Amino acid sequence: MFNVSNLTVAVEDNEILNNFSLEVGPGEVHAIMGPNGSGKSTLAHVCAGKEDYTVLNGEIILNGEDLLDFEADERSTKGLFLAFQYPIEIPGVTTLTFLKSSLEAHYKANNKEILSTPDFMKLVKKKAAELNIDDGMIKRPLNVGFSGGEKKRNEILQMALLDPQICILDETDSGLDIDALRLVAEGVNNLRSEKRSFIVITHYQRLLDYIKPDFVHIMYNGKIVETGDSSLALELEKSGYNNYTK
Amino acid sequence: MPAIKETVKQVDDIGVDKYKFGWSTDLETEKAPIGLSEETVRFISQKKNEPEWMLQWRLDAYQRFLSMKVPEWAKVNYPEINYDDMYFYSAPKDVDGPKSLDEVDPELLKTYDKLGIPLKEQEILSGVKSNIAVDAVFDSVSVVTTFKEKLSEEGIIFCSISEAIKDHPELVKKYLSSVIPKSDNYYAALNSAVFTDGSFVYIPPNTRCPMELSTYFRINAQNTGQFERTLIIADKGSYVSYLEGCTAPQRDENQLHAACVELIALENAEIKYSTVQNWYPGDENGVGGIYNFVTKRGDCRGKNSKISWTQVETGSAVTWKYPSCILRGDNSVGEFYSIAISNSYQQIDSGTKMVHLGKNTSSKIISKGISAGHSSNAYRGLVSSHRRAENARNFTQCDSLLIGNKCSAHTVPYIETKNSTSIFEHEATTSKISDDQIFYCGQRGISMEDAIALIVNGFCKEVLQELPMEFAVEAQKLVGISLEGSVG
Repeated sequence: MFNVSNLTVAVEDNEILNNFSLEVGPGEVHAIMGPNGSGKSTLAHVCAGKEDYTVLNGEIILNGEDLLDFEADERSTKGLFLAFQYPIEIPGVTTLTFLKSSLEAHYKANNKEILSTPDFMKLVKKKAAELNIDDGMIKRPLNVGFSGGEKKRNEILQMALLDPQICILDETDSGLDIDALRLVAEGVNNLRSEKRSFIVITHYQRLLDYIKPDFVHIMYNGKIVETGDSSLALELEKSGYNNYTK
Repeated sequence: MPAIKETVKQVDDIGVDKYKFGWSTDLETEKAPIGLSEETVRFISQKKNEPEWMLQWRLDAYQRFLSMKVPEWAKVNYPEINYDDMYFYSAPKDVDGPKSLDEVDPELLKTYDKLGIPLKEQEILSGVKSNIAVDAVFDSVSVVTTFKEKLSEEGIIFCSISEAIKDHPELVKKYLSSVIPKSDNYYAALNSAVFTDGSFVYIPPNTRCPMELSTYFRINAQNTGQFERTLIIADKGSYVSYLEGCTAPQRDENQLHAACVELIALENAEIKYSTVQNWYPGDENGVGGIYNFVTKRGDCRGKNSKISWTQVETGSAVTWKYPSCILRGDNSVGEFYSIAISNSYQQIDSGTKMVHLGKNTSSKIISKGISAGHSSNAYRGLVSSHRRAENARNFTQCDSLLIGNKCSAHTVPYIETKNSTSIFEHEATTSKISDDQIFYCGQRGISMEDAIALIVNGFCKEVLQELPMEFAVEAQKLVGISLEGSVG
């Protein structure tokens, strides 16, 4: 379903991803762990179509199409979602307005009928309530003055609304206290389905207590150096990356 | 392509190349002899069948103009204007003044129809178009004023200034140039000498004007300047909301628009004046476009009076404009809300003056400047308090948004206070639309063009919501925003 193969990516002259490959089947959850600078965030950004990276080789296939042929907004409407490590602030634009613009762009691209405003409001309120997001928050400017927990819950709210096929969570657990972490993880777990897959990028095993992965990968120097099940994450927690980074 | 470069390209595309009002109407016109001279002034006055006192008033202004110099302090550059190559009066043939709709040349009606300006009262009354009374000024003359009769039932006078000079000389004599003296500045003097038409509004005491009043200015003829003069008087306890819109055809040469707008609010009166300025801005290389040199000033003459300016500036090659408030009456209030968007090689030097003279006067300035392309966008403002102006209050907020790295934004606030009880606040920010914001929107499926519109919309929100509904729609279109996507 989602297949990254032989991806080599550079920023200026530095190769960050080095012949990286990963195959994600429908409904699977893959955790990617690795020391700082191993290329985890670059992978997330390149998949989502951020500029400033030069793709030297490889493909990113979603449902038979190479996403590298499309702009960021098209990749989004084709079903790729990235939950940002640091969600961006947009002053003056309420979260609600942003959600509506985003959802409408998706419906339009996929030839679906645009929701009426009352139906849209109903949908947002329902999804927001599940994430313990109150009305006040979605009326505030997007991410402006949001706490770390609010920002991350807002990311999951968007994920729930846009109904993506492949979700990449880029260190979603960073900056969260234990309650917020649980809430965010529950939100993600509610979205797990046979059709939807996840790539969870994290530094800590803690998140994986809540979001149980099918596979755990260790990334180092721009590629995957080890793959296992959830016990691999537990082992890392004890002994660190030393065994894999030599 | 790096995001910012593409952003600039996108903005260029939505801005200049899509000037929707660039067409011109083919009409037979009557013009004054080319160039500026005493003869031209006499010609205009005679064309308008003006009384002798008005002619003398104009000639006096012309003499003052001759002794004045072009102001050079603004941050704008343009070649010297050659007044000898310009027409100062141009009117569609057979139009001597506003007529009833049946008599107006169908070609003219079509022009306004194409511009989306409602002139047909029936349509408006039947709810097809919004409820606005319109004075339509085409080049140098007012061609039609709608709803005059309905308004006169309330004692409201809404007509062209040419008619007012003939029909209401006592009001014109009393108030004309009482806010902007003839020799106030170079362009005001020029306007006083050669002004051709504009609107006149008088709201009688304790009357709330039942509909929005509006003037729609259109420059059509080539090599012609437009010099309009607008005078609005809100008598004691009255209220009026007034809208102004303007467009011009796409032409290679620069055209001059030098207007004067005077507002007078007596005791407990309120005037709300909104402008959507969309003169032709020139092409993407900075060729052509309107020089927009405008003097707008309101006088809060009575106690508890209020004047509020709202402007959306998107057009013109060069803009030089400072809608101001003289807060003369005690407890009077002045407001200025502005969105100024510059693109390509446009230059804007705009802002306001809040002159606090009375006691307990307060003013508020919200200015949003958006620069793209190679443009230059300056806010220039003055907030001052007289020594007798006890408890003057001002709050100023100037925000600039930059798109791309070839444009510039400047903020030049002057604060002068002669009374120690004054409290003046000034806040300013400068920001850029970042690649990260564009990427974030893109990751959520929002295209770059829509993302820019969304971000700019958010940036201008405080000002957009000050516009009357009818204009808010036009303004949002202009800003490249679709409010369809907004429910917040």
